[in-house]
Amino acid sequence: MARRIGVFVCHCGVNIAGVVDVERVAEELRKYPGVAFATTYQYMCSDPGQNLIRQKIEEENLDAVIIAACSPTMHEETFRNVCKEFFNPYRCEMANIREQCSWVHDGEEATEKAIKLVKATVEKLRGNEDLMPIFVPVEKKCLVIGGGIAGIQAALDIADAGYKVILVEKEASIGGRMAQLSETFPTLDCSQCILTPKMVAVARHPNIKLMAYSEVIDISGYVGNFDVKILKKPRYVDEDACTVCGDCEKACPVIIPNEFDMEKKPRKAIYIPFPQAVPSTYTIDREACLGLAPLTCAQCKDACEANAINYDMQPKIVEEKVGAIIVATGYDLYDKNKLVEYGYGEDDDIITSLEFERMLSASGPTGGIIIKPSTGKVPKKVVFIQCAGSRDKQHMPYCSSICCMYTAKHALLYKHHVPDGEAYIFYIDIRATGKNYEEFIARVMEEERINYVRGKVAKIYREGDKIVVWGVDTLTGKKVEIKADLVVLAMAIVGRKETKEIAKLLKVAVDDGNFLKESHPKLKPVEALSRGIYFAGCAQSPKDIPAAVAQASAAASKVLAIFSKDKLEKDPLIAVVDEDRCSGCGVCVSVCPYGAMQRQPNGKAKCIEALCEGCGTCAAACPSNNIEMRNYKDEQIEKMIEVIV
Amino acid sequence: MSFEPKIVAFLCNWCAYAGADMAGTSRLKYPANVVPIKVMCSGRVDPEFIIDAFEKGADGVFIGGCHPGDCHYVNGNYRTRRRVKMMKKLLEEMGINPKRLRLEWVSATEGQKFSRVIEDFVNEIKELGPSPWRK
Repeated sequence: MARRIGVFVCHCGVNIAGVVDVERVAEELRKYPGVAFATTYQYMCSDPGQNLIRQKIEEENLDAVIIAACSPTMHEETFRNVCKEFFNPYRCEMANIREQCSWVHDGEEATEKAIKLVKATVEKLRGNEDLMPIFVPVEKKCLVIGGGIAGIQAALDIADAGYKVILVEKEASIGGRMAQLSETFPTLDCSQCILTPKMVAVARHPNIKLMAYSEVIDISGYVGNFDVKILKKPRYVDEDACTVCGDCEKACPVIIPNEFDMEKKPRKAIYIPFPQAVPSTYTIDREACLGLAPLTCAQCKDACEANAINYDMQPKIVEEKVGAIIVATGYDLYDKNKLVEYGYGEDDDIITSLEFERMLSASGPTGGIIIKPSTGKVPKKVVFIQCAGSRDKQHMPYCSSICCMYTAKHALLYKHHVPDGEAYIFYIDIRATGKNYEEFIARVMEEERINYVRGKVAKIYREGDKIVVWGVDTLTGKKVEIKADLVVLAMAIVGRKETKEIAKLLKVAVDDGNFLKESHPKLKPVEALSRGIYFAGCAQSPKDIPAAVAQASAAASKVLAIFSKDKLEKDPLIAVVDEDRCSGCGVCVSVCPYGAMQRQPNGKAKCIEALCEGCGTCAAACPSNNIEMRNYKDEQIEKMIEVIV
Repeated sequence: MSFEPKIVAFLCNWCAYAGADMAGTSRLKYPANVVPIKVMCSGRVDPEFIIDAFEKGADGVFIGGCHPGDCHYVNGNYRTRRRVKMMKKLLEEMGINPKRLRLEWVSATEGQKFSRVIEDFVNEIKELGPSPWRK
């Protein structure tokens, strides 16, 4: 325990000294028990200020230090680093007499409060223990969940830095949503053309272990030391042997809709989701196949010259140890059946944005030709409806962020395909905040002569060959009625339903939209509350491709920061259980949000140092007062209360 | 001399303490009757601390935590909310007006709110007068 405390009161120019009588604070503190020395200085954080602290620690033989200055958020680290040269950094505390005193109070009462604040800090400091950081080892391997553009970017960044990555993708191929898109706004790059080189890079990278057609089924452990179980689903086709000749596909008699084409194009039971798929291999859809068991078909096996088909493949559980996890599970469209007012599900000519996206794609169901699905003819009048399910209290209250932009792109591409066609866009507001986005919208509005109607659509219904769209133009106040050939709904986007399952395994919260909850909405947008878990892409919130890529690289850099050390330092301000007095009631186990409080075989609770984040909820809950928070002990807080009142 | 209440404020490190700092940065004045104690989470506030503060002569106890759903430690603030509800009943039985204990959600950006709720709380305590437990 500290016996010779030095108190250094900062003037902070006039910021503190202009209001608080700093000399009186020092004078009062000199008389306070445990304080051996007190002085004031113009700017404690300056080099001469720091040197003054060094000099006085030596001259006055101080064994602990209080800096009465600004908020500890500003300079606690600065001063603790100075003190580290002489003693344990936890022998240095700050009293916040600027933000929480001189800047908000005046005159005498400010000085009185400053004195109380410093005295309370003396009491806290006297109860502080010397603490050493807790070190935990790091497994320098990262798990990336989800093989869309965000997961791909994160995996490549980490692998390029020289660390091992396991990239797990649930579907038969990586590529995610970006692989389904036709062209990308605002540059109109072909989506697949810019994505596929990255997909190939993943497949070829010596540091990436690609596990497609696999699912993460269990996660335990903590930063640096996660244990993961991955279920490798059987493809019934040997990935390495398959030459993608396509003979099996021709032979297969089962025809079902292809999910990749939003079920608007057929595929066989043995299939490759799209030609550029990675890994480049066929997969047998177990549900649809006739030949697996009993052996009634086997036509694909007969056709396969490479002998790659094996009906006896079994699901395999692979166990891995990783040091960090990036969740990049992407998005789904909002459930179309919930948009009753837009008649979805009942009419072929009312389609979703992703279905239109596939229609625009040269590899899509129509080979890139825009048709009216019910007749197969070219639609001459198309209505695009933005915010279908977004910004709507009945559905999703948030903005889906990308719909304004892709709808403008859809309308523009439609006009390029059908120059004599008419396009209408119903919108609430246009949100075009990205680089060159506003210019793109302006181009679509002006050059392409697309009719933007500000207002929400109230009803859509069929009348003979046409779809009638009813709405109000809120700028003119007039009712609008358009008889359209095709209606495209810019659906709200939500986090994938699988995100919820993964979040549960990771003990990360998700919001109503199934998006992962970040540690801080502004300063920690890619980090989970628990260390070692990071987010990328639309799993965290709706975002466009550049934002998803940027976030993926941000998440990768966080992982690299962890991997740059052999051991991880952890704040030692954690809970400690007095086992002798523990009654084993288990209240702390149930209140701990991190699973750090665990019941031992003898029934008593124990705090797992590496898991504890130091919130203190257990200490407040323990009915027999047996849990202490290091350096936030009950005794310390009670003494602080005494000084204050 | 007019009555100047003594108030202990437990502020969570992540939201309310940062909110109080924000009030300072924005120079939003509030009465100096409130002296803060920083805790990592509002969930650290042991009901005993509240009783202890009143026993030692506090006229009011303020707890500032993160908004629901924003707790840095997942759900510590929900526990605080339940504990405060319970403590208010207990205090009433012990002869302390439950209004003397106040829980507020203050985010790191809400300097204005911090300054406003503190001023409001101090005024309320002034109206209630000194705590009956004050020596």
